[in-house]
Amino acid sequence: MTIIRPYGDTTGDGMVQMSFTLPIPHDKRAEGAAIQLANKMGMDPALVVHAKPMGPDFTFFVVYGPVNHLVDTDKVEVIERDYPLLSPKDANLAIRKGLRRRLTIVGACIGTDAHTVGIDAIMNIKGFAGEKGLEYYRELKVVNLGAQVAVPELVRRAKAEKADAILVSQVVTQREAHVLNTKEMSAAFREAYAEDARPVLVAGGPRFTEQMAGELGVDRVFGRGTTPGEVASYLVDALVTRRKHAPVRRTA
Amino acid sequence: MTRAVKKLDLDPVTVRKVRSLARKAGRPIVTIAKQHTTVSVERAVLRLAGLAGADTEGIPWVNRLADTVRADVGLEHGLALPVWDALLRGEAEDLSVLAQKAASGSVTFRLPEGRDAVRAQAAARKAAAAGMKKVDGRRRERDRMIKKHGDPEQRPWIYLIVATGDIYEDIPQAQAAARAGADIIAVIRSTGQSLLDYVPEGATREGFAGTYATQENFRLMRAALDESSRELGRYIRLTNYASGLCMPEIATLAGLQRLDMMLNDSMYGILFRDINPIRTFVDQRFSRQIHARAGIIINTGEDNYLTTADAVDAAHTVTVSQLLNEYFAKEAGLEDWQLGLGHAFEITPEIPDSFRMELAHAMLARQLFPDAPLKWMPPTRHMTGDVFRGYLLDGFFNLVGAMTGQGILLVGMMTEAVVTPWISDRDLALQNVRYVMGAAGNLHDDFHPAPDGFIAQRARQVLGESVELLERIVDEGLLNAIGDGTFGLMKRPQDAGRGLDGVARRSSQYYNPAIELLEEAQ
Repeated sequence: MTIIRPYGDTTGDGMVQMSFTLPIPHDKRAEGAAIQLANKMGMDPALVVHAKPMGPDFTFFVVYGPVNHLVDTDKVEVIERDYPLLSPKDANLAIRKGLRRRLTIVGACIGTDAHTVGIDAIMNIKGFAGEKGLEYYRELKVVNLGAQVAVPELVRRAKAEKADAILVSQVVTQREAHVLNTKEMSAAFREAYAEDARPVLVAGGPRFTEQMAGELGVDRVFGRGTTPGEVASYLVDALVTRRKHAPVRRTA
Repeated sequence: MTRAVKKLDLDPVTVRKVRSLARKAGRPIVTIAKQHTTVSVERAVLRLAGLAGADTEGIPWVNRLADTVRADVGLEHGLALPVWDALLRGEAEDLSVLAQKAASGSVTFRLPEGRDAVRAQAAARKAAAAGMKKVDGRRRERDRMIKKHGDPEQRPWIYLIVATGDIYEDIPQAQAAARAGADIIAVIRSTGQSLLDYVPEGATREGFAGTYATQENFRLMRAALDESSRELGRYIRLTNYASGLCMPEIATLAGLQRLDMMLNDSMYGILFRDINPIRTFVDQRFSRQIHARAGIIINTGEDNYLTTADAVDAAHTVTVSQLLNEYFAKEAGLEDWQLGLGHAFEITPEIPDSFRMELAHAMLARQLFPDAPLKWMPPTRHMTGDVFRGYLLDGFFNLVGAMTGQGILLVGMMTEAVVTPWISDRDLALQNVRYVMGAAGNLHDDFHPAPDGFIAQRARQVLGESVELLERIVDEGLLNAIGDGTFGLMKRPQDAGRGLDGVARRSSQYYNPAIELLEEAQ
């Protein structure tokens, strides 16, 4: 079936819950306004189950009702994972066989962002969502530069470490700072490296969508809920299996 | 203050031992702090003496003056002698003209000798004392207002955050939050301010995820909350951040504008902002001396460790940091009632007995610091975007707060990590707090964990691990421990980090009238 509706307790009932605040005092007119909004959003009949004044000038609503919209799942566009998901063991094996050396990953929170939650969830051995972080992978050398790393410093460290891949995280952002910072980062790497020697650039954070890779100038974007295993699998695919970027040669 | 004192059967010998270890670990740091000065400590003296404002590029006059003096005679003697010597020589009629002349290169500074030095010292002291008098006046003003309007009826005090980036948006939001039940308003700073080596000037309307801390913003918000205090019949406290590269100056401005609480952790800047350790400890000591004088309650930042390290494995690093913060605070003249030592509800909810462990850690902090208004911080790390589950988690967080007699409760938002709080998020969060406090606020009267039960044992275990860690820190030195990632898993060597170039070792002629006045009073 490709046409679906939301499910409350019966197939096809279309039931949805939502909550919002209107900037008017709580009275009958306010409840009517809430119903009008819900109707316009396709919810009919709309049932205001809760309305509460929030100070003298605002009212908070919880509204339930069926929506009259249908969803066609065939028309949903997603970026499907285009690399195989590997266990840490298989990822290590693939690197060992394919490269005969460890992959070096340099990670940082760039710009003014001090929230290392994202990069730490991916890189620290502790990991995220029950998966161990990249530090757990024997064939990955992980350098986590932490918070508020300036882009030139990141480039310098990437060169010093002979990085195969750069992971940057942007969590807290305002006025598109996450986009600007990431663009600055990708531009700096493109300037500092020849295209065939450039490390793979990966950006991650809850405000990014996977479709933004081109705009940001990075090779891959990971959004909310990404696990370390997904990142490791992607890196193995990009750097070992496909060798889209020839890994930097070690001299010593 | 409601307290859960002596509920855990902690060994008094061990408790004395952790305190004396913390003292041992901290003392060499204090020695280093007394041997150095920083650009921001020196600029704080100029601010105390009344120098304010900025040039057309927005660079404060204190920075312009400090940079010129430093270029002429160095930082190691302090700024006071060369600056007031120049004034006495008639180079300018006041500090502000002197700063303008310095910026245009028409004054040369020297280090006065002999009688000139004595005169410069006296003049500098007089100017700093005038500023100190203002700080003292602000403190008395606060005491009067608290007497008139009263403290919040309940403990913990309810702490809410405002962060729009625009001070003129912050003000109505802060007043609405106070009306809705907040006792303390914290204005979050713009991301990145901690890395600015100057304090921006004036009322600001552009910030990133927060509003710049400026003297004028402080003044505007304090005035607005004074209005709210009168309206609501309870004194609404204002909080900001004395952290980052300008910690001493911001502490001074807070004292001058009657802020009531300041975030001021001894190691946060080092660990999470990569600020040089020496710079941080020197700046921190001065800022705490000012806070002590101004009657400001400090809030320490132990919650941050748990956002990077595991809240179970790293529980003892929180205790150790609290003990160090306590030592540094008291050494700087702060009293127990001024120590808002931080801790947080960050244990992975899926771990069995996570709530019991949270209770154990919170009770341990309560019992180790019975007279400090502990600051209890809500879950952030395990707020997943599932706002319904987040609301439940915040309820359990509030329950621990109620059961362990916390002093300051930062209200958790179910939309943490999703959006900056909406008006409805704040209202729902306060309903959550009120329900738990109303239903279980006095539960601490009945709640005595079994002496050999899980909670008591866990508390003893964390205390024991704290002893071990402190022994290690005493052995290898606190600076080395910070260097190898003991706290929050961040490695910060003492010869690196931001702001190192703003540190100087004091010369034998070093003179700082503010430090002199602060230490005399101690």
